[in-house]
Amino acid sequence: MKKVAIIHYQGGNTLSVFNALAALHCQPVITNQHHDLEQADAIIIPGVGAAAQAMRDLQALQFDTFLKQTTKPVLGICLGMQLLGSFSKEGNTPLLEVLPDKVIGFSKAVITPHMGWNQVQHLGSPLFRGIPAGSYFYFVHSYFMKVAPHTIATSDYDGNFTAALVSRNYFGTQFHPEKSGDAGMQLLDNFISLI
Amino acid sequence: MLTKRIIPCLDILNGATVKGVQFVDLRDAGDPIALAMAYEKAGADELVFLDIGATPHQSKALLSLVASISKHLRIPFTVGGGIKTVADAAARIANGADKVSLNSAAVKRPELISEIADRFGRQAVVVAIDCKQIMPGQWEVFTAGGRIATGKAALAWATLAVEHGAGELLITSMDQDGTKTGFDLALLQLISSAVPVPVIASGGAGNASHFVDVFEQTQCSAALAAGIFHFGEISITSVKNELNKQNIPVRWS
Repeated sequence: MKKVAIIHYQGGNTLSVFNALAALHCQPVITNQHHDLEQADAIIIPGVGAAAQAMRDLQALQFDTFLKQTTKPVLGICLGMQLLGSFSKEGNTPLLEVLPDKVIGFSKAVITPHMGWNQVQHLGSPLFRGIPAGSYFYFVHSYFMKVAPHTIATSDYDGNFTAALVSRNYFGTQFHPEKSGDAGMQLLDNFISLI
Repeated sequence: MLTKRIIPCLDILNGATVKGVQFVDLRDAGDPIALAMAYEKAGADELVFLDIGATPHQSKALLSLVASISKHLRIPFTVGGGIKTVADAAARIANGADKVSLNSAAVKRPELISEIADRFGRQAVVVAIDCKQIMPGQWEVFTAGGRIATGKAALAWATLAVEHGAGELLITSMDQDGTKTGFDLALLQLISSAVPVPVIASGGAGNASHFVDVFEQTQCSAALAAGIFHFGEISITSVKNELNKQNIPVRWS
């Protein structure tokens, strides 16, 4: 069974991710220990909280360098995906810089957070295998990444934004697959089969 | 397009569901886990669990129930009732709740909202407000399950709660609650048009067209109901069918 390390940092609801993975064919562990990352077949950066605090937590654990250099599959969820970018307007904080993307806020024209189920259009990436175009996923966020060359799925709120991305060994979803019913479980299952 | 959410609410006492819920397929209608999973399957977008036993002490039964719900449910859920401190909220979130809902304790000490929001993000903090009409166009906030009049105007408290960090408001009309004659559209429009966060409408749902009304005539993002879903008077699917017919976006699972 593939070992999946779920990074534990303050404030995050890591249990939901753990519970979802435990129902699939893998061995999840919630951890803030380096040796768990070293031993893991894949790493998940879960996503609840604020960008600046999350970066401080990752730096305090000295996980930031590891995450930038690893060749293991990494899946960032929600804030976890945003942390892969270069800079966030949320707290004006530098990020991991795995990707050049900047993370910006929704305009005041819309209710924030963007909270609830929204349709996702994907480009047939293996991460979305078996998931029909236009499936619904659960989002909770006030900041987002614009559509970029590594975007593999989009959703529409205040315009199109990146709902999922892949670049080298890095995967990201702006939505919460662990909270998105059957479609979300399929996506997590796909991620595990890609490890 | 972001869809409107339909949210069943379950009252919990000592770790079990109260109000004899009637679901055809369920052997033990009081089992909150089975009920929650049945609602997920039936197309509920989210669930709210309200601990009506709410003792001053943290209920171990409640926390272990929250952990079990989190283990089995694959949609978001909120836990409310009896949350008075950051530690109360932290215990529920640590056991898997996506959001906590505050009511009386937030009215007493609004800083509680920001303390929880600072730690877990404002998306994790729902402020529930029980409102009663006192004159045309004016509603007063009640606490302690509707027993205590606070003298506060609903709109003023809603605005203040958002300033303190509420990520979502759950607005219940005490006048409409249980009547099955429809949501209090005037109250809900007053508040949903004034705050920049999602508002959940509550109190008064009796049929599918009431859900159409609340989404057509207010800016609410979600609607909550208890009895009509529990007693099988109306299904989530029929509500969503009706909304879809009226071109209101809903999620099909």
